[in-house]
Amino acid sequence: MIDVDPSLVNWSRAMFAFTAMYHWIFVPLTLGLSFLCAFFETIYLKTGDEQWKTITRFWMTLFGINFAIGVATGIILEFEFGTNWSNYSWMVGDIFGAPLAIEGLFAFFMEASFFAVMFFGWDKVSKRFHCFSTWMVAIGSNLSAVWILVANGWMQNPVGMAFNPEQARFEMESFAEVVFNPVAISKMTHTSSSGFVMASAFVLTISCWYLIKRRHVEMAKRSIVVASVFGLVASMFVGFTGDEAAYEVAQKQPMKLAAMEGLYIGERGAGLVGMGIINDAKAPGDVQDAFLYEVKIPGMLSLLANREFGSFVPGIDDLVWGNEKENIMGVNTMMEKGRHALSDLAAFKEAKRAGQEDAAAAALERFNVNQKYMGYGYLDTPEEAVPPVAIVFNSFHIMAILGSLFPVIFGAFLFFTVKGNITEKRWLLPVGLFTALLALLAQQAGWVTAEVGRQPWAIQGLMPVKIATTNLSTTSVQITFAMFAVVFAMLLFAEISIMLKQISIGPEGH
Amino acid sequence: MISNLDYATLQQLWWVICALIGALFLFLNFVQGGQTLLWQMAKTDTESALIVNSLGRKWELTFTTLVLFGGALFASFPKFYATSFGGAYWVWVLILFTFIIQAVSYEYRSKPSNVWGGKTYELFMFINGSVGVLLIGAAVGTFYTGSSFSLNDMNQVTWQYTIGGVNLRGLEAAFSLFNLSLGLFLVFNARVLGALYLLNNIDFSTVSELEVRLRKAVWTNFLCALPFLLFVVVSILLRKGFGVDADGVVSMVSFKYFFNLIALPHLLLMLLGGIGLVIWGVLAGAFKNSDKGIWFAGFGTVLVGLTVLCLPAFNGTAFYPSTFDLQSSLTIYNASSSQYTLSIMTYVALAIPFVVGYIAYLWKLMDAKKLTVEEALDEEAY
Repeated sequence: MIDVDPSLVNWSRAMFAFTAMYHWIFVPLTLGLSFLCAFFETIYLKTGDEQWKTITRFWMTLFGINFAIGVATGIILEFEFGTNWSNYSWMVGDIFGAPLAIEGLFAFFMEASFFAVMFFGWDKVSKRFHCFSTWMVAIGSNLSAVWILVANGWMQNPVGMAFNPEQARFEMESFAEVVFNPVAISKMTHTSSSGFVMASAFVLTISCWYLIKRRHVEMAKRSIVVASVFGLVASMFVGFTGDEAAYEVAQKQPMKLAAMEGLYIGERGAGLVGMGIINDAKAPGDVQDAFLYEVKIPGMLSLLANREFGSFVPGIDDLVWGNEKENIMGVNTMMEKGRHALSDLAAFKEAKRAGQEDAAAAALERFNVNQKYMGYGYLDTPEEAVPPVAIVFNSFHIMAILGSLFPVIFGAFLFFTVKGNITEKRWLLPVGLFTALLALLAQQAGWVTAEVGRQPWAIQGLMPVKIATTNLSTTSVQITFAMFAVVFAMLLFAEISIMLKQISIGPEGH
Repeated sequence: MISNLDYATLQQLWWVICALIGALFLFLNFVQGGQTLLWQMAKTDTESALIVNSLGRKWELTFTTLVLFGGALFASFPKFYATSFGGAYWVWVLILFTFIIQAVSYEYRSKPSNVWGGKTYELFMFINGSVGVLLIGAAVGTFYTGSSFSLNDMNQVTWQYTIGGVNLRGLEAAFSLFNLSLGLFLVFNARVLGALYLLNNIDFSTVSELEVRLRKAVWTNFLCALPFLLFVVVSILLRKGFGVDADGVVSMVSFKYFFNLIALPHLLLMLLGGIGLVIWGVLAGAFKNSDKGIWFAGFGTVLVGLTVLCLPAFNGTAFYPSTFDLQSSLTIYNASSSQYTLSIMTYVALAIPFVVGYIAYLWKLMDAKKLTVEEALDEEAY
């Protein structure tokens, strides 16, 4: 086994987090705005009203500006799996690669091919075919999200595979199990619909700015109606899928759930923390209070986690050191089993190399007993299995609180716009102005919860991030990080500037 | 039927599929080649707009093909993906950077308030078309020249090449004469294809001088590409190769690739046919006033690319050889995904003709009429 420098692991993690979060500024907007453009254009096709065409082309321009940078940042993640996480790529390529390849073949080509028609085909194809192309771009964009989220879901809940000790990698045994992994499905539905909320909020924000400035009022009101309907439905769906996603976390990643709720000591009838200030100095096993201040809803966490009020929800301490009464094996025990697995794997490899088939078979038999704990064998201390609790707790609660606001905001805008007096509601328009920012914050907080919450694992329970990284010099990663930072800053600056200019020009320019 | 295919057949099939995607990418590099021609060919803003907008309708196809190439290699040959990307780190990171800056350039170049100015985005395109393609050539060249790495029991890669104690992490590939020649050939070939594509796609009725310059560029760039092509072909025929015996033991074999061509005559035919088609396309574009040269040269490039990628992989050859530890070398048999995964992906690959079909249909639909000056100068144009 290669000794890995901890600073290399941290820099590699920082770079992946940085590039992924940057990518995720643009992707949700692409997912939702593509559908909104399709809605606008479909209305134009049905009504023949030229103003809907103007509206469609205006939002399409903003979509295009955003789309380009989303594409540019997307390829980075695919490359990074190989360049910075090569051990991971080898260990899981047999499973993880297939969804990526399918994404490329089906989704990206659909997007790329119809994108040209969508932007340059207005006078080259029929109205109907143009509208069809816009729908294809929307479907292609969202299909690409499906496959990458299937891959991500597998990392959170590895199913449908087995470890091959000869090859030292995980191999797929059931494609159906990988694709219909319940974690993947809840993640996919939750994430995609949150993208719809993001885009609806974006349209709402810009439309509100026009209403405040009393410019393009008719276009803004029409846009608000469509975006509010889409946003309202999507934000309610996000709530429903969020509940399902949290249930899956409780079942498959109990440590993550404990961190999301700042729950150190497990209990029956556990309460849900509505809001609270977490004690950052608290460590697993100590006697400090987990919270400086908290508001709890009694019994609710047990209900959400297990669909049963009085059920037991394990806390961090239960998971780290075990809880015999509740039949929970602790990380400390799993580490011991994991170390046996790793040493038996090494013995198997050694015997194979020496041509001692009997010894290899015996080592393999011993390895198989503890194989599923293999990942824990890489941990140095049981506490290493605990993610950064404060970050996970805060990001989860930011996401959840903001998420609960969106149906109210979209509902209010829809109500007053349909009623015809939205322009008189001067108190509401500034709320709309900040909705996109709030949605972006919720998006980022959601991913922080999902990804920081599963630390230290690259693949839940099987492969910690410190084993997944490429054996590079830290300096190489630092230089790459700096290069990304410079390029990203340049591109973001340009994107915002271009976007603001286009918004300032308004739909008449289209 | 697919479930009846044996493992070795699936491994070979998937190498051919990956090689085909790679070869198509080399054809679609006409976008990159066109980008490097921009400053040289366009003498007015109108001509610049024509070139950028003509290429701008296709850049995403090239980009997506690169992504698919990476994805297909990851899925079907994960050990190669992990070893090459993780080992030759700097080559791949630099290639990646050139594609990041390209992706935004078309959309942002002519937009008001783009902060850095149109010339900066044109420079990004130039870097992508020159440095990016050169490094891709250098990376492909290592299939023949090898790389300095070793793999441990868990197949984790350690890159061994250092100069003065500094590990170059793959950058050394760009300093090999063979790799550099292959890279330069691809750069000039992409420029030939770029000029041929523009001749096919632009309505020159009001910009006839641009057409003259492009036809000249087809010929001059072909002449520039020729010595590098000849050097690469002769080197391949004469150099020692990385042979693999029946027990999987890798050793150096004299004239290995020459013998591969003899043993696999369809590759020899593809190579000769491909070069012939490229020459046909060049002559048609440069001297016959034809706008169809791109199809001959493009198809020829696909055939040559397919040969270059298949030659070091078949007939008992290690396609990603290690010069540090020969036995760490990768073959299509020790680097592939499992039989089950390859079978699943083969079912998925049945959709490829459908995808290619609708791409071709949309291409024809959008290019039925050549790009006019009016379209290129439209407010929403690139």
